[in-house]
Amino acid sequence: MPSTHDWINDPFGVVEGMFAASQSDPNSGWEARAVEFFKDRLKEKDAHTLVPSLNDIPMHYLKPNSLVKFRCFIQDMFDPEFYMGVYETVDPATQAKTLRCGKYKDVTECGVDFNSKNTVTAERQTFYCVPIPGENPWVKERYANSSQARVVPSTSYVPSRQKRSYEEDDDMDDMDTQPQKQREAHAGPQSPTEHHGNGDCKRQETEAPSSQTTSASHLDLNFPLPGEKGPSCLVKVYKDWDSFKLNDMLEVYGILSVSPALSALADEKDASSSLVDPTECMETAEEQRVHCPPASLVPRLHMLYAKQLQHNNPLLPSAATSEDNSAFLASTLSEMPSVREELLAYLTHVLLGDALAAEYLILHLISNVYVRRDVLPLGKFTLNMSGCPTVASYTERLYQIIQQLVPSSHYLGMSLQNMNQMRLVPKKDYVANRLVSGALQLAKNTSLYLDETQLEQGQLDTTGVRNVTALGNLISWQKVDYDFNYHQMEFPCNINVLIASEGRSLLPSDCQIHLQTQVAPSHLEEYLSTMHMLSQASSQLNKFRIYLSVARLLDYSISDEVTKSVEDDFVDMRKDDPQSISAEDLHRMLVVARLLSLSQGQTSLSRDSWLRAKHIEALRRSRMEQHKCVNGNEP
Amino acid sequence: MSSPASTPGGRKRGRNTNPPTRKFPTCSNLLGQDSSTGDLMPMPTSPATDVLSPAAPQDTSLLSSPRPSVPPNEVDMSSPLMYGTPMRGTPARQRPDLGSVRKAPQVDLHSEPPSTDGAVASESNAGQRLVIWGTDVNVGTCKEKFQRFLQRFVDPTSTEDENAGLDLNEPLYMQKLEEISVVGDPVMNVNCRHVQSFDADLYRQLICYPQEVIPTFDMAVNELFFERFPDSFLEYQIQVRPYNALKTKSMRSLNPEDIDQLITISGMVIRTSQLIPEMQEAFFQCQVCAYSTRVEVDRGRIAEPAVCRHCNTTHSLALIHNRSVFSDKQMIKIQESPEDMPAGQTPHTTIVYAHNDLVDKVQPGDRVNITGIYRAVPMRVNPRQSNVKSVYKTHIDAIHFRKTDEKRLHGLDEEAEQKLFTEDRVQTLKELAAKPDVYERLSSALAPSIYEHEDIKKGILLQLFGGTRKDFSQTGRGNFRAEVNILLCGDPGTSKSQLLQYVYNLVPRGQYTSGKGSSAVGLTAYVMKDPETRQLVLQTGALVLSDNGICCIDEFDKMSDNTRSVLHEVMEQQTLSIAKAGIICQLNARTAVLAAANPVESQWNPKKTTIENIQLPHTLLSRFDLIFLMLDPQDEAYDRRLAHHLVSLYYQTEEQMEEEFLDMAVLKDYIAYARTYINPRLSEEASQALIEAYVDMRKIGSGRGMVSAYPRQLESLIRLAEAHAKVRFSEKVETIDVEEAKRLHREALKQSATDPRTGFVDISILTTGMSATARKRKEEVAQALKKLIQAKGKTPAMKYQQLLDDLRGQSETAITKELFDEALRALADEDYLTVTGKTVRLLA
Repeated sequence: MPSTHDWINDPFGVVEGMFAASQSDPNSGWEARAVEFFKDRLKEKDAHTLVPSLNDIPMHYLKPNSLVKFRCFIQDMFDPEFYMGVYETVDPATQAKTLRCGKYKDVTECGVDFNSKNTVTAERQTFYCVPIPGENPWVKERYANSSQARVVPSTSYVPSRQKRSYEEDDDMDDMDTQPQKQREAHAGPQSPTEHHGNGDCKRQETEAPSSQTTSASHLDLNFPLPGEKGPSCLVKVYKDWDSFKLNDMLEVYGILSVSPALSALADEKDASSSLVDPTECMETAEEQRVHCPPASLVPRLHMLYAKQLQHNNPLLPSAATSEDNSAFLASTLSEMPSVREELLAYLTHVLLGDALAAEYLILHLISNVYVRRDVLPLGKFTLNMSGCPTVASYTERLYQIIQQLVPSSHYLGMSLQNMNQMRLVPKKDYVANRLVSGALQLAKNTSLYLDETQLEQGQLDTTGVRNVTALGNLISWQKVDYDFNYHQMEFPCNINVLIASEGRSLLPSDCQIHLQTQVAPSHLEEYLSTMHMLSQASSQLNKFRIYLSVARLLDYSISDEVTKSVEDDFVDMRKDDPQSISAEDLHRMLVVARLLSLSQGQTSLSRDSWLRAKHIEALRRSRMEQHKCVNGNEP
Repeated sequence: MSSPASTPGGRKRGRNTNPPTRKFPTCSNLLGQDSSTGDLMPMPTSPATDVLSPAAPQDTSLLSSPRPSVPPNEVDMSSPLMYGTPMRGTPARQRPDLGSVRKAPQVDLHSEPPSTDGAVASESNAGQRLVIWGTDVNVGTCKEKFQRFLQRFVDPTSTEDENAGLDLNEPLYMQKLEEISVVGDPVMNVNCRHVQSFDADLYRQLICYPQEVIPTFDMAVNELFFERFPDSFLEYQIQVRPYNALKTKSMRSLNPEDIDQLITISGMVIRTSQLIPEMQEAFFQCQVCAYSTRVEVDRGRIAEPAVCRHCNTTHSLALIHNRSVFSDKQMIKIQESPEDMPAGQTPHTTIVYAHNDLVDKVQPGDRVNITGIYRAVPMRVNPRQSNVKSVYKTHIDAIHFRKTDEKRLHGLDEEAEQKLFTEDRVQTLKELAAKPDVYERLSSALAPSIYEHEDIKKGILLQLFGGTRKDFSQTGRGNFRAEVNILLCGDPGTSKSQLLQYVYNLVPRGQYTSGKGSSAVGLTAYVMKDPETRQLVLQTGALVLSDNGICCIDEFDKMSDNTRSVLHEVMEQQTLSIAKAGIICQLNARTAVLAAANPVESQWNPKKTTIENIQLPHTLLSRFDLIFLMLDPQDEAYDRRLAHHLVSLYYQTEEQMEEEFLDMAVLKDYIAYARTYINPRLSEEASQALIEAYVDMRKIGSGRGMVSAYPRQLESLIRLAEAHAKVRFSEKVETIDVEEAKRLHREALKQSATDPRTGFVDISILTTGMSATARKRKEEVAQALKKLIQAKGKTPAMKYQQLLDDLRGQSETAITKELFDEALRALADEDYLTVTGKTVRLLA
C-alpha cells in the first residue's frame, strides 16, 4: 500500500501500478478499482483536507501530476474527445515495446507506435469549470483555513495557508502580497510566450475590473460574473458524465496536468498550419484559444472522483456521508429557535427597526425551489423590499450584510446602463464554440440582489428589454433561456432573488414588503455607521450562517389534520370575502407557512405556524394597503 | 501552401517507408490511362476489431517502420479485378469522402497470412477467394450482390419523395439509372434500408466497411449503367451515395466503436466554412531535366520524390501548383437538435467534411440527416517533439445530406417519419386509447398543477390534437383551417400563463411570446441584411416558427393593434404574406393560437360582455373557436377542493404525484401519434348531427330576432369533433364526438357570449361586437335624443353637457356618456346634427 504522501503527490504511481498489475489479468477492472482506491482514501478521516485545493493555492505552488481538489461550477461542456486509453511505445534504441496507460494524461510518452494492435481508443468528456460564481470571501477564507494540505513547493514557498485576495480585509492584504511578488519573480525567467500568458493571468487575478465589460484580453476566462477571480479549469471526466449537469457545483478530486507541452503544441499550430493538413485550418483561432488555452493559465484536471455539492457553506459538514450529516442536523435543530431570535433581532436592527421585514427577509434567505410540478417551481420566495431609503447608499450596505450571511451572492445594480449593456443570459458563441457566460448563470441557492433604487428614468434598448424579460422569467419560473442563436434552451435554476426598490418593483415578485423605518432620515447616517460594527462579531455570524444553510436542507411535511384545518381556513376566508383571497394568496401563504416552520427548525407544519403565517401575511397586506400605489406594472 | 522543400522531417521519415523505386512506376503508369482510378481501390484503415485504434494507421509521420502486415509492394495493386471494365472514357471522379486515395490489398481468405501472398492478388481467377485486407469483403461477390439488388429491388410501399414519379412495381433503382442517363447527374442515392431488406449481409458489410464497399458499389453500378446505356455521356462515373443507415445515432451516443463505420446522424448546421481546396495529386517537375511526375496524396501527406528517376539528381523536384489536382472541401459544424438533448446539458457539436458537390449543400440553421463515415485522426504531431497529445480529432466525412425541414415544403404528412414509435410504445398508446375514459384521463393529465378548469383543459387538449386537414384548393378555397384557436380570458392570477407555459413545453414546435414584448415583425417575419454575406435574409418570427405547432401568446390584450392585425390572416387563412424590401412571399403559418388576455379593468366585470371586458376587435375574436373565461367560481365546495389540491402540492413527494397522473412523455407521444397517424373523416350520422346542431344554434337566435351561429361556428364544431375523434384514435367522426364538440362549444359560448343584460347566449357579441339588445338600446336612445332636441324647438346650437343632463333627466334608465355619444353619432350619421367640440349644431 502506498503511503499518504504517495497517493497525493504521485497518484500516477497508484494508477500505473494497478494498470501494470492488470496486464496479466485482462478482466480485473483496474479502472474501477483505481477510482475506488482514491475514494476509499478520501473517506478516511480528514483525508480530504490533506489534498491541496486549486481554489486556495496558486497554481505554480502545486506539483504537476499530483492529486488536487477544486471546488467549482460547471460553466460549459465541451464535446467528448477520443484519446489513447492504452498505447504502445517503442524504445528507439532497443526496439522493445512497452504498453502504457493513457488515462488521466494529456500527453503521451515518446515513441508511440501508432500501428500497434494493442492501442485502445477510449472516450472522455471535458467540462469547463470556474470557481463558484459569487462565492463570498468568508467562504473562500474558511475553506482555505480548513485545508491541511502540505504543499511542497518547487520554489521558496512557505506553506502558510494561502488566501485569495480579500478586498475589504486589510490585515489579510500583506499575506496576500507575498505570493504575488513571488509570482512575478516566478514569471520572470520564462520564455517570452510564456511570460505573455502569465502576465495576462496576473492581470486577471489581481485587478478586479470595475467596469462591466470583461477585459478584452484574448484569454477571457468566461466567468459568469464580472470581476471574478480564481483559476478556471478544464476538467476531464472519464465516466458517468451524463450525471453532471450544467451549473452543478462540484468538488473535483483529480490529477493536475499543467504540462507545458500542451501550450507548446497549441503554439506550433499557428506557425505551421499547412495545406495538406486540413484539421488545423478548419478550426478557428478563437476555438483553439478556448478549447486549448495555455495550461499555465487554464490547467487540466483529470477527474478521479467528484462530489456534487449540495451547498458551499464551509461551516457545514460536506455531506460526504449522510449519517454524519443527519447527526449534525439534529444537533443544530434544537438550537434553531434561539438562533432565529438572535438573527431576527440583528436583521431588525439592520432593517432600521422593522421586525416584520426582518421576518420576511429570513424566510427569503432560507427559501429554496424544492420541487417542480410540470412548469411550476415550488418553494421559491422572491422578495421585493420596497421603501428602501435612498440615502447613505443603504441598499449597498444591506447587500454587504447579506453577503456576510450567505455563501454566494451577487449584487446587480439595475441602473439603466447596466440593464442596457450587461449580458445576463448566457449565449452560445459558435465561432469559438463555447457558451459565453452571463450574470444569470449562477449556482443553486445563490442570492441575487437586484438594486432597483439605481434605476433612473430613460430608455431601455433591445438588450435592456431582453434583460428585464430574462429577470422576469427567472423570478416567475426559475429558469433562464440560454441563447443558442438558432433556438433557445431552457435551463432551470434555483436562485434567490431579492429586489430592493423604492416603490413597487417593475419586476414580478412572490411577495412585496414595504419597509417601515423606525429611524428618522436625519439620523440614518449615524445609525448605519453603528450598524456595520456589529457584523464583525464572527462567532455570532457563523451561527447565523449555519442556521441559514441548515434551514434550507431540512425536509418538510404537512400532516393530514393540518391539511384539513388549512383547507377549512381557506374556505372560511373565502366565505367572508371572496375578493380578499385567491388561489395565488393561498399559494403564498403555504410557502410562508413552510418557510416559517423550517425557520423554527420544525419539519412539519403545526397549527401554530399556520396561524402565525396567516398573521404575518395579514400584517404585511395591511401595510401594503397603506402604500398602495398603482404604477401600471400589475400582472 | 507548403512546398515540398519545407516538408518537416517527420514527413521525410514517413516517405522512406514507401520505397520510391517501387511506387513510382505504378503511379505514372496508372495516371497515364486514368487520372484517378485509385479511388476504386480502397484501403482499410482498420483491422476488423474496432477497438484496436482504427485510426492510428492514418498518420505515418511518426511511423518509422513499415506497416507490419502490409509490405510496401502490396500497395502496388494493379489487379485487373479492381479496374472493372473501362467505362468508355468516362473519367472516374475521386471520392475524398471515402478517405484518402489508397489501394486496398486483398488477401486470400483461405491461404497463408497476408505477408506471404503478394502474388495472389494479381491473379484474377483467384478473385472468388479474395477479401480486402482487414475485412471480410470479397469484391466479386459484393459487386454481384449489389448488381442483383439494383436489378431486382422493388418497394411497392415506398412513400419517399425521392421516388415520386417512379413506378413502384418496377425495380426502383433501375428506374433511377434511367433517370441518370436522362438527366446526366451521376449520383445514385441508395437507401440503406432497402439494402438491408434485400440482403442483410451486404448491408452489414456496407455499414462496417463503407470505405471498401462503396467503391465496389460504384463499380457495380457503373458496369450496369454502361451496359444498359452504352451511348450515354456522363461528366464522370456514377457515384453511389447510401443514406438512412439504420445505425442512426444521436450525436451523444457516438463512441469509439463507430469509427470508420457508416453512420447517419441528425442535427442542425451551425457553421459552414469557406471552400477549401484540398490537394489530391501533386505534380512535381525536375528542375534539371524537366521530367515530371505525379504523386497522389496519401493519408494527407505527399511523398516528395527525393530523386529524379530520369536524371538521378537528388532533391531536384519542385511542386507545380497549377498542374496539381485539387478537390473542394468544406467544413461544416453540426449541433445536436434541441429535441434530442437531455435536460441540463449543453448540445454537442461534430465536425463534418463535405467534399466536391456536397460543398455548399447546406446552410447554417438547416436541420439535416447526415450519412457519412465517422473518422478519428490523431492530433497533428509536432515533428520536433517526441511526445504527442493523446487525443484524437473526430469528424464525419459526409456522403449524403438530407435536409429534414426541407420536406415541409412538399406536404405535411411526412412529419410522421420524424418521430418513430417503438412497437411497445404504440401498443401502450393503443391500450390507453381503448379505455373509455381516455378523454378525461388525458385532460386531467394536462397541467396537473393547475386546478380544475376541466372544460378549458379539454378545449386545450382538442387544440393539441387539431382537426383533420382538408384540401379544397381544387375548388378554389384552398386549405381549410384544421387548427383550433383558443382564447383564455379572465381575472389576473387564474393561472392562465401557467397553462400557456405548460402547453408551450408540451408541444414540439411551440412558441411562447408575450403580447407586451412582441412586435408585428417579431410575430411574423422580417428582412435582415446578413452581416457576412450582405444578402437580404428572411428571418421568421414566432408564428412562422410554430408552423404545425402551437403559438402561445400571453398578454394578448396588451398587444398593439398593429401587431394584432397580422393575426387576422394567420388565424383564418393560415398563411402569412410578406412584401418588403424586395421579398414578396407567402409563408405557411399553420399554427394554432392559444392566447390569454386580461380584462381591461384588471378585474372581470360580469356586467359587461366579453368584448367590452377585453376590448379586442370582434373580427379577431370570431376567429377563436373557443373562448373561455377563467373566473373565480366563488363557491365553497370548489374552494375546498382547490385548497386541498394546493396543499397537497406542498407536501406530496414527486413520486406520489407521478402515480396520480399520466406521464408527460406518454401524453406527448400520444398526441404525436394521433396527429400523425389518425385522420378522422365525418361519418354519415356525424354529419347529420352536425347539421342538426347548427340548425339548432341558428334557431335559438332567430326566435329572438338574433343570429346566434355563423358558418364559422359550424366549422369550429367540425374541427372539435374531429379532434375528439383523434383523441379516441378513431378514423371516423361519430355522434359522440359531435356531442362533445357541441357541449364544449356551448360551454365556451355560455361563458363568453352571454349577454349580461339578458342572460341569453348571443353569438353576435363575438361577431359584431355588440349584442342585439345593446343595438336596440342604442337606437332607442338615439330616437329619444332626437325627440328631445325637436322638443326644444328652434335652437341651432346646444351645449353638449346640457343636452346630456336633459336626456338623463328625461330617461327612466341610466344613460352613460358612451351611450349618449353613440346616440349623437347615430344622429350625425343621419345628417341631423353635427358635434363640434362641446357644442351640438343642428343641420337643417
